Amino acid sequence: MSESPMPTKVGPDPTVHSGPTLGGGAALPRAGRGLERLFRWFSTGAGVLVLVVIVAIAAFLITQAIPALRANQANFFTSTKWLPNDVAHPRFGIAALAYGTVLSAAIALVIAVPVALGIALFLSHYAPRRIATGLGFVIDLLAAVPSVIFGLWGRDYLSGPVTDLSGWLHRYLGFIPLFGSGGPYGNSILLGSIVLAIMVLPITTALCRDVFVQTPKANEEAALALGATRWEMIRTAVLPYGRPGIVAAVMLGLGRALGETIALAMTLGATFGVSIDLIQVGGNSIAANIANGFGEANATGRGALIASGLLLFAITLIVNVAARAIIFRRREFVGGQS
Amino acid sequence: MNMAKRVEAVDVTAYYGSFKAIDSITMTIEPKSVTALIGPSGCGKSTFLRSINRMHEVTPGAKVQGKLMIDAEDIYDPRVDVTAVRRAIGMVFQRPNPFPTMSIYDNVVAGLRLNGVRKKSTLDDAAESSLRAAHLWGEVSDRLKRPGGGLSGGQQQRLCIARAIAVEPQVLLMDEPCSALDPISTLAIEDLIGELKDRYTVVIVTHNMQQAARVSDRTAFFSIESTGDPGRLVEFDDTTKIFQNPGEKKTEDYITGRFG
Repeated sequence: MSESPMPTKVGPDPTVHSGPTLGGGAALPRAGRGLERLFRWFSTGAGVLVLVVIVAIAAFLITQAIPALRANQANFFTSTKWLPNDVAHPRFGIAALAYGTVLSAAIALVIAVPVALGIALFLSHYAPRRIATGLGFVIDLLAAVPSVIFGLWGRDYLSGPVTDLSGWLHRYLGFIPLFGSGGPYGNSILLGSIVLAIMVLPITTALCRDVFVQTPKANEEAALALGATRWEMIRTAVLPYGRPGIVAAVMLGLGRALGETIALAMTLGATFGVSIDLIQVGGNSIAANIANGFGEANATGRGALIASGLLLFAITLIVNVAARAIIFRRREFVGGQS
Repeated sequence: MNMAKRVEAVDVTAYYGSFKAIDSITMTIEPKSVTALIGPSGCGKSTFLRSINRMHEVTPGAKVQGKLMIDAEDIYDPRVDVTAVRRAIGMVFQRPNPFPTMSIYDNVVAGLRLNGVRKKSTLDDAAESSLRAAHLWGEVSDRLKRPGGGLSGGQQQRLCIARAIAVEPQVLLMDEPCSALDPISTLAIEDLIGELKDRYTVVIVTHNMQQAARVSDRTAFFSIESTGDPGRLVEFDDTTKIFQNPGEKKTEDYITGRFG
């Protein structure tokens, strides 16, 4: 804090000849004009930088991918083979990887979203304040666990119980194609998805809780005064009000699940196949395949991996645009109230 | 159809945590009448209003002691289902609070849906008759599917009144329903209150003494000794008597503007 010179300049200052004085403080020199301009340039620059980085990433991916895509002897979009390191006949396709990426992320959300909504509602509307604060802290802590730890834990600890679960699912629900495999079980889409679900839980829960807490008291009381039970109040006031926020939370979770690399590299079976079966050993994702394959890849192999990265980039972009569109569509109903 | 019921408070005392907000309020509110609760800020008139439909206890730590009889049934009896009480007693709040994600139609029938009414024709009839009773039908009948939040403040408040009366409550509570509205919307709501008393027992909290004088049959004056003291019922009588010939000095001071 510097001492302001303002009070001494309130009256006419004989040392400053700044032309006719237009009443009040119009003729007073304003401190901080330069700072103002500097800050504007700084914030504009920061905004532009984001765009530059995104364009640079896209340009990098495209230029690196093109030579490999030219050399590819299979259809990049439909082939499930991944043999880019074959010097004589490099052939690779994204189908199995993209399928595994989307499938594992989708299963993860199916598991995580109901749990996240439940925890968030418990924290915002059911738990006593002290428990809510403590539990909220633990959930946030879960978000701080590095993904490699989740990967290790999933591979070395969770794979046993999931193997048992797979056997159980097959025995009782084997008529559903999802659980059709008779074994062996272990590193599977199911295991990867469960680990992913735990990883997306914190961010989804935290966002949903923040949205639920913001429900206007007036709306909650309106529902209660109509004779709603607590759950009915949540259904009539809290959930509809929070819907755009829930969608955003789910999409952010989906973004995390799609891009998750190391935990999936450690828990998926790293095979190249397209199967609806969740419990058989197998499964792969774009990001996990890049992590697994980059070390041993030759020039074409690296280009192929980068091409797959480009597709992942496109998928996450589409997911985000879709999320924005959904949120935007509901805006009239939420923004309407003063 | 006579739905209106008598409200009888016997020694109603309400707390926020350890703070006593109102002390031993005893009064009887007759059916098919408008009763105004007036008094300075913090005198407990809203707290008393909210204890009539058990909304007071929604605030964490808040509780009510005493008896509150709706036609001889004590709503604070432990065997009474609180949601049933609130379904039978409608409430309109200070600020219009339509559900922002719902259409005008869905707002009006929200209470009926909570009661399990699913039949489209029943809902349609209730929506129309409630909106007509709330003097809103003419303005919104062509846009029932539009969001309720898009209406003006006065329209939103009439929508909230329509929502409250759609379930045919026995008592209608209004907590300063016009305080957020412009004079024309206020007049519309006041006219409406005059009609509502043909069917309901109406209790209205207001800061506006002219409003109390205009709309109510009976007026209850609440007051506090000083900040931190519980609110007490000072005088409860016919509105004309309260405003022309009050029995208590404090009432006279308040209505003539000498304090509060």
